[in-house]
Order: sequence, then C-alpha cells, then structure tokens
Amino acid sequence: MTSSITQNRITDLFAQKSDRLLNVYFTAGFPNLDDTLTVLRGLQAAGVDLVEIGMPYSDPVADGETIQQSNGKALENGMSLKTLFAQLASCRQEITVPILLMGYVNPVLQFGVENFCQQCRAVGVDGVILPDLPLDLFLAEYADIFRAYGILNVNLITPQTSDERIRHIDAESDGFIYMVSSASITGSTKGISEPMRAYFDRIRAMQLRNPRLIGFGINDHETFDTACQYANGAIVGSAFIRHLQDHGTSPESIRAFVGTIRS
Amino acid sequence: MQSTLEPQTSFAVTDKGFYGRFGGAFIPEMLYPNVEELRQSYLQIMADPAFQAEFQQLLEDYVGRPTPLFLARRLSEQVGATVYLKREDLCHTGAHKINNTIGQILVAQRLGKKRIVAETGAGQHGVATATVCALMGLECIVYMGSIDMERQKPNVDRMRMLGAEVRPATSGSQTLKDATNEAMRHWINNPVDTHYIIGSVVGPHPYPDMVARFQSVISEEIRKQLFAKTGRENPDYVVACVGGGSNAAGAFYHFLNEPSVRLVATEAAGLGVSSGHSAATTALGKPGVLHGSRTILMQTEDGQVTEPYSISAGLDYPGIGPLHAHLFDTGRGDFYAITDDDAIQAGFNLSKLEGIIPAIETAHALAALPKMGLTPTDVVVVCLSGRGDKDLSTYSKYL
Repeated sequence: MTSSITQNRITDLFAQKSDRLLNVYFTAGFPNLDDTLTVLRGLQAAGVDLVEIGMPYSDPVADGETIQQSNGKALENGMSLKTLFAQLASCRQEITVPILLMGYVNPVLQFGVENFCQQCRAVGVDGVILPDLPLDLFLAEYADIFRAYGILNVNLITPQTSDERIRHIDAESDGFIYMVSSASITGSTKGISEPMRAYFDRIRAMQLRNPRLIGFGINDHETFDTACQYANGAIVGSAFIRHLQDHGTSPESIRAFVGTIRS
Repeated sequence: MQSTLEPQTSFAVTDKGFYGRFGGAFIPEMLYPNVEELRQSYLQIMADPAFQAEFQQLLEDYVGRPTPLFLARRLSEQVGATVYLKREDLCHTGAHKINNTIGQILVAQRLGKKRIVAETGAGQHGVATATVCALMGLECIVYMGSIDMERQKPNVDRMRMLGAEVRPATSGSQTLKDATNEAMRHWINNPVDTHYIIGSVVGPHPYPDMVARFQSVISEEIRKQLFAKTGRENPDYVVACVGGGSNAAGAFYHFLNEPSVRLVATEAAGLGVSSGHSAATTALGKPGVLHGSRTILMQTEDGQVTEPYSISAGLDYPGIGPLHAHLFDTGRGDFYAITDDDAIQAGFNLSKLEGIIPAIETAHALAALPKMGLTPTDVVVVCLSGRGDKDLSTYSKYL
C-alpha cells in the first residue's frame, strides 16, 4: 500500500458522514463558459455532499451522448484547464464542499501533471478522476506527484473487475471507490437490475477499506435510493446535465433537481 | 511460415505494451477485463499449431496469399530505380486489411466471443471484418463516420450485403476517429460476448502488436520473393502509407532490425501540412494519449484532439500507431507528408504506367518515390496496400 493521504476534504467528509452521500457531476463551462461557479454555488446551496467538475475533452470514450454533447459545447464555449483553474481561483472563499475534477488524461498530460496537481492544490481541488489513466500507469508514473500535492486519485471498479483487482485497487486508493453500476457508458436510464444488485451485494460483502459511491445510470430518486442501500452514496451526472440544459442554472432550479434525487 | 509470428528482438513491444516511450494501455476500467483477457492469451493462441495451421490455410485459400511481388518496369524507368510492388491490392476484398481480420476472428472464436464490433474509415477494414464474420457466422457491427459513409458508399453497400450492420458515427468530425470512439463505447456496453477487431496498429496493448504480427506476413513474403527474384532479401527501401499504419507495420516488420533497409512512411498532408486541413501526424502532432495508447497525435495546445483532413478516408486519422511513433522518434523511419494533389497524380500515374489503379491511401506511398532521391542501383519495395475501385468517384473528379 503506497497511499498516505489522510487529511483532505474528501477523507474528512467520509469520516463525518457515511451514508446517502450525493455527488453531482457537471461539465465545466456548460451551458455557458462562465456557469462553472454558478453551478458550483447552486449545488453547495442545495446541500450536495461532493461535486465532480468535468474537464471537457474532445473524445470522451466512456461517456454517453449527454455528457459528450456537454463536453463539446463547453469546448465550443472556450473552456480549457487554464480557464477552469482561473474560474476556481478564489472559489474556496465561499465553497466548502469537496471538489473533484473528472476528465480524460490527455489534456492533463499536455497541461503537465505536476503543474496540474499544483493548480489543483492552489485552488482547493481535493481529488481527480481520470478513467483512462489505469492504476498501474498511475502508480508507476504519477502517484508520487499526486501525493506530494495532497491530491486524491479516485479509481473505478466495474461488474467485470475481478475480486483480486478490486483488492488491489482498494489498497492503492484513498478517498472513495467509484463503482460503475453496470457494463455501460454514462447516461443509462434503464434503472437498477437484479444482476446490478448482486454485484452491489458482492462488493459490499468484500468489506473494502474505502467507502464506495455508485455512479453511471443514477438518474432519479429511485436509483439513488437503491444505490444508497448498497454503498455510501451515489453519483449523478447525465441527469443533471439534462436538467441544466432544460431548466437553467438558477439556484432554485438546482435545488429542485437535488430535491427530486434526495427525496 | 512459423516465423510470421515470432517477435523481433528490438523494436518489439515490451511486456507492458511499450515501443520506447509510446504504447501502453490507457483504457478505462470498463475495458480492463477485455483487454487483459486478450493480453494474457493472444501470444499463446497465436503460437498454437492448430491456430497457425488454420490461419495459414485461410491466408492461402481464402485471401489468396502469397500476393505477388511485381517488378514495375515502366514505373522503375520513370523514377530511376528498381521498383517492386507488393500486391496487397490482390488480396480478397481488395486490401491488406483482411490479413488482420482473419487472424482476429480466429482469436475471437477461441475466446468464445459471439459478436464482432469494428470501426472503419475508408470501409476497407469494415468490409474485411464483415467478410470474415460472414465466413465464420458471427454477428458483425461496424461503426463508420457518417461523412465516410457518404464518400465510401460502395463499401457501405458491400458490408450490408455481407450481413453486417453499419452504424453511423455522428459525433465530432464524423470520420475514423469518431467511429473508433463509438466502437470503443459499444465494447464498454457489451464487454462479455463481444470482440473488438481494431483495424490498425493502434489502440491499447496488445492490439498494436497483435495486428502488426498478423500483417507481418507482408514483409515475410517480400523477403522470400525478393530473394527469389534478385538473390537479396533486403531492399534498400520499403515504402508504405500510414494512417494508423497497419500495412506499413506489416511491410516493415521483418526489416525493423535490418538497418540497411530504410523504412519510408507516407502520411496524408491533405491540402498541405500548414494549411489547417491535413492529417500529417508526425509533422503536426506531439506525444499524447488517444484510443488507448500513448503516441504522436494531432492536438491543440490544451490537449484536445484535432480534426484531421485528407482526401483519403483511410488516412484521415489524427494519430499513428505507437510503433510508428517510435520509428519516427528514433529516426528509424523516414516520414513524408503527401498532399491530396500529389497522391491523386500518383494514382493516375500508376494506372497509366502499370495498369494498376491503386487506392488513394496507397497512392500516398507511390507519391513519395520522386521525393526520395533514388539512384539507379536502389531497390525499392512499395506496399501496394489496396485497389482503387472504391475511390473511383473521387478519382473521376480529376479525369
């Protein structure tokens, strides 16, 4: 086990609260370039436990149409990592909720991994999710840099991940484990099936050292509620992007969305 | 024929899937079990004598191998060197692509897969995949950029006639890159029963190595045929076009460790390298991660993948295989950027001089010949990767 990050807003959160945590994803610079902080404030005011800010990418292979389109729109709006860090520069004066950045590895590599971690630290980002940076490559090349800046790297598991690999991922992770709910890209609206419940049960029984959040296909109260029966909470992404698109970014609208998920 | 599948001692992939600093398997966890299953089994499957026997038999009886090595006399005279054409255009389905799809369908069968998904640019790989799926009775889904579906309509019809379902990729530039994204998404959604037949030496390890091994029959035959014709195994140059780079990988494979053989890769410059409408990856790209491997790719300063352009749908890709990135990086390969106009002219030139209409992709390789500073004693092998029937609507605009 190489992990050593013990003090961080994410680890603090899980130390205080262990069930029904709601993590909401949105794409930086969507629907408009300057909406990032507006949405962040709205989510905090609505009482979400964590937020995941998407770093838009041209080729998001793990994402369904909704998030693909929000990524495309954000890039059209001119969003970049440089702009995102500028937007977040003073957010910690008002935002206390833990922040994760979620995206694909290439823009981070071009920005420079050390520069990226340094900026995360400077603006108060607590963790990063890079689905196409596999754990072994992360450990071999980047883990030391992330650790030096106190940035958590959150890893995914799926229904096809072997128990042995889950144990390895658990040992090498801090913060939480991102449980992908089914064999799918983001944005599914098919609900939670029996095989998914069996997988959730199997993972619960493994008694991992890290808390677990379930994501992909969590889009309403029912799916959130079910996920919370098996894990410490859940992650909502595409459903919120659709809501932003249809109902805008006002605090009332965001509060209403979070309300429908929670109860 | 056993040597087709033996690894080279250098320029070979490491066990982690790297060629120098390029390669690897940058894949989301959702694809990890599939790719890992393949990584653990591909060498074993390919080394199995029963697999070898079936593969070789199909290459002979179904694909029509060995393909001829043809001395192009009039072309030789024109460029002032001895030029041989490796006639991959005479393979069943009209291009080298089927060498790989035959190999991969046999791997898929041994892994117990029921369905095949593939991406295609020009449609040649899609046709080659649909063909082997028909042969083996497996379901076939091919993703193709919707723009490519328009400009390569005959291949869309061929795939459908062969029983494949062709699904348009409507995101991004609606070309090969986007078709590849959609095929990967399909694989994420169907991880257990589906095998993804990647058509080039791209993607996460072990794909670049596996595809290069299946295509290496090209250079294996070149060596034997050249020896029979000239008494020497090694030409001075091997020339091939590079989109992702599978025909080039196959044509270079057995010459990688022969420093006297210059390996010449031609990329599509489109309207010109600096025109903003190009697919000349090594000229315009820098290291990054695309479709599961670290390679050289065309991208913005922020790391967003750039939309490439080429008149040739098969070369219209913003990256190159990691092996080729390594050949470029180490100086082992010479890379030329060929414009649309030069390629079209080279296509007409070969048609009139030798009675062979090449694919526009292949024409990019031929267009390098006058630029290479050849001398009369030079022996050059050009990989004639595909035939030009599919490109007639494009060529006819220049008639």
